[in-house]
Amino acid sequence: MPRGLAWLLLALVLVALPHGLSFSQQEILVFLTINVLLVASYRLLTLTGEWSLGHVVIMGVGAYASALLSKRLGIYVPVAMLLGAGVAALVAYILSFPLFRMKGFYFLIGSFAAGEVIRLLWKRFRDPFGGPKGLKRIEGMPDLDLGVYALDFFEPITYYYFAAAVVAFCLWIMWRIERSPVGLTFHAIHWQDKLAEASGVNVRAYRTRAFVLASGFAGFSGALLAHYIGTINPNSFDVEQMVFVLTWAIVGGTATFYGPILGCIVLTVLNEIVLREMGFEQMRPLVYGLIMILSVLFLPKGLESVVQRVLSARKTG
Amino acid sequence: MSRPLLEVAKLTMRFGGLTAVDELSFRVEQGAIHGLIGPNGAGKTTTFNVISGFYKPTAGEVRLRGEVISGLKMSQVARRGVVRTFQHSTLFAELTVRENALVGTHMAFRPRILSALLGSDTQDRRAAQARAEEALDFFGLLALAEVMAGDLPHGHQRALGMAVALAARPEIVLLDEPFTGMNPEETREMMELMRKLRDSGVTILLVEHDMHAIMGLCDRITCMSFGKLLAEGNPQEIRNHPEVIRAYLGGARHVA
Repeated sequence: MPRGLAWLLLALVLVALPHGLSFSQQEILVFLTINVLLVASYRLLTLTGEWSLGHVVIMGVGAYASALLSKRLGIYVPVAMLLGAGVAALVAYILSFPLFRMKGFYFLIGSFAAGEVIRLLWKRFRDPFGGPKGLKRIEGMPDLDLGVYALDFFEPITYYYFAAAVVAFCLWIMWRIERSPVGLTFHAIHWQDKLAEASGVNVRAYRTRAFVLASGFAGFSGALLAHYIGTINPNSFDVEQMVFVLTWAIVGGTATFYGPILGCIVLTVLNEIVLREMGFEQMRPLVYGLIMILSVLFLPKGLESVVQRVLSARKTG
Repeated sequence: MSRPLLEVAKLTMRFGGLTAVDELSFRVEQGAIHGLIGPNGAGKTTTFNVISGFYKPTAGEVRLRGEVISGLKMSQVARRGVVRTFQHSTLFAELTVRENALVGTHMAFRPRILSALLGSDTQDRRAAQARAEEALDFFGLLALAEVMAGDLPHGHQRALGMAVALAARPEIVLLDEPFTGMNPEETREMMELMRKLRDSGVTILLVEHDMHAIMGLCDRITCMSFGKLLAEGNPQEIRNHPEVIRAYLGGARHVA
C-alpha cells in the first residue's frame, strides 16, 4: 500500500533526521517539533472561524502550570505536563464566557486583552510566578531506564524523539476530531453560523469546544517547552511570538490540516538555516513581515495551495 | 377544536421606533401548507425570524403545541422541531452537497468527540449518511452529492437549503421565499415536492411573493400589511378579499 509506505518513509526520515544535524540544530529541531503542535492547535481554534491573539499566552499557561506543579508539588513531570494542558484548557473555558460574547474582530482584540491580563499577572505576582524573571530551574524530564538503555532527556536527540512521538499522537487526535462529525460542525459554523444554528447546532457551545481543545494542546506544547529549556518568563509568551504563529498559519494556509505545519517548518528552516548562516538573525521580524506581505500578495491561499496543485496535477497527469 | 401545531399570539416586534410586526396572531394547523403573504415590508420575514428564535419578540408569544418557544435560542427552537430555511442561497458554500445535508442531521446524531476518537460512532455516522442521502434524494440532488454547494446552479441551491432542513426531520419547516429566482418549470417541480413533503407529515409555513405558487399550493393563507394581520382564509377567500385586493393594488408593483 503506497500510502502506508509514505508514512513509513516519513517516520524513518524523522528518526534519522537529528543524526545529520549539529548540536545546536538538534535543539532547533526540538523547538520546531513543539511549534508544530502549537501551530496545529492554532488551526483547530480557527476552524470555527474565530482567530485569537491569546494562543501563545495559553501555551504559557500550560508551561507555567506544568512547571509549578512539578517544582512546588513534586509531581512526576509527564503527569505535570498533562495537568498543565488541563489547566490551559480550564483557563480557556473560563475565558470563553466573556470572549464568546464577541465575534470576529472584537474577539481578536478581546483575546489579545485577555492574554495580556494573564501575562501581567505573571509579572506582578512574584510568588508563585517569579515575576518578570519568570521560573528557573524547572525540572527536566526524568531519566528513563529501559534496562538495556537509559534515556537521558537532557540530550536534544532523546527529547526530540520523546516530543516527536507525543506531538505525532496529538496531531493524530486533532486529525480524527477534524475528520469526525464534530469537525464537520466546526466547519459548518465557520461558513454559515446562522444556518448551523437553524440546524440545531449550539454554535456557542461548539466555539467553546474548539477553543478549549485547542488551548489544551497549546498548553501541552508549552509544558513540553518548559521542561526542556528549564526556564520560562512572561516575555517568552509575548505578542511577538503570537505574530510568528500567525505568520506560520497565514503563509502556510489554514484550509488544510498540514498548511500551518508546512508554514511553520518552511519558515523555521528559512530562519534558522538561511538567516543564521548569513548572520541576518536580527532581521527576523523584518524578514517575516516581508514574507507575510509577499505571500498575501502572491500566494494568498498559502503554501498548501502549491502542494494541492502538485498533488492534483499528479493525479490527473 | 384541536390545539394548533403552531400558534402566534399577539406578536409584536419593534426596532427602535419602527413596529415591524404589530399584535399579529395566527395559527398553523398540523399537516397544512400555510402561506404568509403581504406587500414588501409587511413584516413577513421579521415574523419568521421571531418564530425561528432569531429575534426575541418585544411582546406576545409563539407557541408550539402550547409550549412557549419565543425567546428561546434558534438552536433550541430547532430542537423542538421548528426548522427554517433562509432567503437567498444561505448554504455552507465551501462544503459539499453531502456535507451540507449531514449538518442537517446534527440534532438526531449529536456528534461526540470521545466516541469519534475511539471510533465507536460508526453506527451513528452511517445512519446520518443514510438520512442525509434520503433528504438529497427527495430533492433530486443525490447525483450531485460530491459537488461544492457554492458551485450549484441557483435552483439547486434553493433545493439544497430545503434538503438541509428536511434532513433534520422537522415537524414544521419555515420556508423563506423558496421560489425566488426559479423558472416556471422549477417552480412547478418544487410545488410538487412540497406537496409530497406535506403528505409525508411535515407541516409547512412559507413566505412567498409568487402568487401563482401560493394560490396553487396553500391550504390556508395569512395576509399581512404594515405588520398587521389583514386577512386570513383559504386561497379562494384571500383572492376575493377586498382588503387584500386594495393592499396589493395600492402596491401592485410588488405582485409577482
